[in-house]
Amino acid sequence: MSRMPLIDPVLPAFTTPSINYYAIAPILIVFGAAVVSVLVEAFVPRRGRRVTQLVLVIASIVAAFAVTLDLRGTRLVTGEGAIAVDGPTLVMWGALLLISLLAAFLMAERTIDPLGDAFAARASSLPGSEDERQFAARGYLQTEVWPFLLFALTGMLAFVAANDLLMMFVALEVMSLPLYLLAGMARRRRLLSQEAALKYFLLGAFSSAFFLYGAALIYGYSGSIGFVAISDTLTAKTAEGSLLAIGLALLMVGLLFKVAAVPFHQWTPDVYQGAPSPVTGFMAATVKIAAFGAILRLLYVAFGGMRWDWQPMLWIIAALTMLVGSIIAITQSDMKRMLAYSSIAQAGFILVGVIVATPQGLGASLFYLIAYGFTTIGMFAVIMMVRNASGEATSLAEWRGLGRKSPLVAGVFSLFLLSLAGIPLTSGFVGKFAVFAAAIDAGAVWLVIIGVVASIIAAFFYVRVVVLMHFADPTEETASVAIPSAFTTVTLTAATVMTIALGIFPQWLLDVIEQAGVFIR
Amino acid sequence: MNFPWLTTLMVVPLIGAVIVALLPRGRDALAKQIALVFSFAVLALTVVMALQFSADSAERFQFVESHPWIPAFGISYAVGIDGISLVLIALAAVLVPIVIIAGWNDVDSGSRGTVKGYFALILVLETLMIGVFAATDVFLFYVFFEVMLVPTYFLIGRFGGPQRSYAAVKFLIYSLVGGLFMLAALIGLYVASAQLTGTGTFDFAALVGLDISPDLQKWLFLGFFLAFAVKAPLWPFHTWLPDAAAEAKPGTSVLLIGVLDKVGTFGMIRYCLEIFPAASEFYAPIVIALALIGIFYGALLALRQHDMKRLFAYSSMSHFGFITLGIFVFTSQGQSGSVVYMVAHGLSTAALFLTAGFLMARAHGSSLISDYSGVNKTAPVLAGFFLVAALSSLALPGMVSFIGEFLVLLGAFERYIWVGAVATVGIVITAAYVLRLYQKSMTGPLKPGLEGMRDLGGREVLALAPIAVLTIVLGFFPAPLTNVINPAVDRVMTTVGATDPAPTVPSAGLPAEGSDQ
Repeated sequence: MSRMPLIDPVLPAFTTPSINYYAIAPILIVFGAAVVSVLVEAFVPRRGRRVTQLVLVIASIVAAFAVTLDLRGTRLVTGEGAIAVDGPTLVMWGALLLISLLAAFLMAERTIDPLGDAFAARASSLPGSEDERQFAARGYLQTEVWPFLLFALTGMLAFVAANDLLMMFVALEVMSLPLYLLAGMARRRRLLSQEAALKYFLLGAFSSAFFLYGAALIYGYSGSIGFVAISDTLTAKTAEGSLLAIGLALLMVGLLFKVAAVPFHQWTPDVYQGAPSPVTGFMAATVKIAAFGAILRLLYVAFGGMRWDWQPMLWIIAALTMLVGSIIAITQSDMKRMLAYSSIAQAGFILVGVIVATPQGLGASLFYLIAYGFTTIGMFAVIMMVRNASGEATSLAEWRGLGRKSPLVAGVFSLFLLSLAGIPLTSGFVGKFAVFAAAIDAGAVWLVIIGVVASIIAAFFYVRVVVLMHFADPTEETASVAIPSAFTTVTLTAATVMTIALGIFPQWLLDVIEQAGVFIR
Repeated sequence: MNFPWLTTLMVVPLIGAVIVALLPRGRDALAKQIALVFSFAVLALTVVMALQFSADSAERFQFVESHPWIPAFGISYAVGIDGISLVLIALAAVLVPIVIIAGWNDVDSGSRGTVKGYFALILVLETLMIGVFAATDVFLFYVFFEVMLVPTYFLIGRFGGPQRSYAAVKFLIYSLVGGLFMLAALIGLYVASAQLTGTGTFDFAALVGLDISPDLQKWLFLGFFLAFAVKAPLWPFHTWLPDAAAEAKPGTSVLLIGVLDKVGTFGMIRYCLEIFPAASEFYAPIVIALALIGIFYGALLALRQHDMKRLFAYSSMSHFGFITLGIFVFTSQGQSGSVVYMVAHGLSTAALFLTAGFLMARAHGSSLISDYSGVNKTAPVLAGFFLVAALSSLALPGMVSFIGEFLVLLGAFERYIWVGAVATVGIVITAAYVLRLYQKSMTGPLKPGLEGMRDLGGREVLALAPIAVLTIVLGFFPAPLTNVINPAVDRVMTTVGATDPAPTVPSAGLPAEGSDQ
């Protein structure tokens, strides 16, 4: 053969990818609504914009949830192996959609702040500029939080269903980019908020790059980006490739950044503090579910064959995450920063369940994630309501004696704190129990002992807040609790009900998770 | 027997608590009356239930109820009682109305919490106390064990003395730490049961039958024991007790030390011994050593206290040493003695704290011993009750505590002569600090400033009289206690596989030891 023809004279038949559109309908519905939402922002008159957006968001989430319910029992891989719709996917979809709905209610809250909702009227105008002042003075309001919310949710839904590295990366970015923006949109303390957004973006972009590099190395090792193909290569090749080890490590850096595991946690306190509280709540609850969902699938499906290699590394990370998160949380004096470190510690507890790589571990992690998600969204609803003249009162000193002024709100917040501390009859306890039981069953006794020690440390700072609210006398500084509209009330009620219901009668959710089974291969 | 006795016992005070809590502000008198009515209802129900309890039933537990709760983890709502839990539930049911009567005016203006809050919390605590003794599912037991902390914490932290917040947090942190170690062991136990039988369970009977390897038993035992040792409290896990006792209201202290702390020793005999027999045997020398240290440490510190409430706390620590000792010498006398002692100590603690509370209420709340002297001249009835309480605390023959202490020592002598001998010395110190307290505060010249002290009123006598009557009647006629306790203890001994050593010491010599004091 003297020279290769540039183009094969006979084109091979191009097989179009077969896609089961109904199986991925929840993603498509939310994605479609996101696109429409952009158009609403552009074309619907200012007066009706907010209502239209709200209806669109709620309707799309409810529709997606209905389809998810209808899909139960589905177990298939579609889109040429890129998307897996199986039991765990559906459980996480359901949780993500419900929690996002509750978060959307928080974003819609306009009663508790005399200035309006929690978001800047126009996030793009310079803080303190004439532009901003005039925009606000005319009562204009942009509503881009809604498309951002829907896009981020699209990314999350795709993230937990992604079955190859490329899909996972795309989903990661679709999820992250709107979140970076949302973090910078606070109405009050805008500079803090924008700083948080920038930090989140820069570090997030770094971690995405790590992920992409890792994906490339894994492709180099296995010749494929599909999880199943990677897993098959692992079993076929006996020699340990350094490409494989480095590739997996880099992938994990990218994902562990999203769940805020130590040592990739540095962004968390700043972002939690700076972002508007509804966004912080949304992010804290859903990103954990989405990112842990992705980690679970990646580790179980693609790299399950080499668990003996990655387990020791993740043991160390889990132990560090639990301890560092709990210990640093003790020193915090700002409520949102404290919750940030608490979320780091909680990520460590969830990691314990993730690492064990057994069906029990998977089920326990899912339960923990859902319980944590509902409790977290409730906590941020309370944080939105506790205010002083200049906005949310997040300094711990301002929470002194809150239980005297508003026993109900302080009581509900105490319930959430006790749940995170893992006190029996709350959802957090059942989650911790399930995770630790799975870990001991898999032989990770030392990890559980470290987990128990970390729980004790964590219990200390959670209880400290309870004491502060109920036993300290209110001072001049003590914040007051704003009366919210029905939106926040619904979210708070739902979070409270779930925290108690999953604590006392967890069996139904355990059944749902049990029936969901394991990841499809 | 299909009537859910135990659930009813738990639900009734809870309903009372809800009603009391929902009363509008300002209806304090009504709140107290409702609380009292409900606590008497529980007492009546307990008496009716106890009359139906059959001491020599072949069943391990009676009044059994069992419903699946979280089947995914083998957890069920399962309750049932044996003789040991019956007497402890009865103790709780007797003490709660007494505490309510005695604390009628304890919480008024000036306290942090509301009056209805105080009585509602006491009723909630009663529910949990009954639950913790009635649970036959280990997980359910753990839940009650932990949730009990919440009302106790509020009772100390809301209604106590100036350092109440510190004391409450210290109590909570100690208990949480112990509880979380127990949680780790509990999970380990669950996993062990899953690996040994295929399905994990928390059912007590199933766990007792498990053949857990001795090495694993040792670890799991430690987790449980730590939690119980903090609760009981054993030396060196006791430092929360004096603070809590000194800061809490007398009524709270009675429930805390008189009943709640018994959960620790109850847990040892029920859970540590029966589920981990090999480990219990392995650790017995260490536990006995801790118990002996506790007896002397508590007694010696009690001798040096200037504050009455702290003195009672250290004295309790010494008594808990005896109780623990009786459990871990593995003789049926020792263990029966421990259970009798638990009841006796509950009664004597109640008498001491309540009398001291009445005394303090008459002298601006001071609990310093040096602030009192010659009280028997102005308030002879008060001094009389104080004497009965003191004598009950030092286990005078004729008091129910004597039966307990005597049996414990008898059991100890049977197993290890030297342990019994050393422990007996502790009794002498007990007599010393109790009598010194009585002598300093009640006898001698009347302290200036106490001249106008009123004697006990009708309500106060009403609270103290039942305790004194029970202490003395059971002291002469302990059969109602021992008849139900002995079969339960025999069952524990059988499960553990321990047998009483053949008596080698002439039994005639022993009673002399006890009656020396």
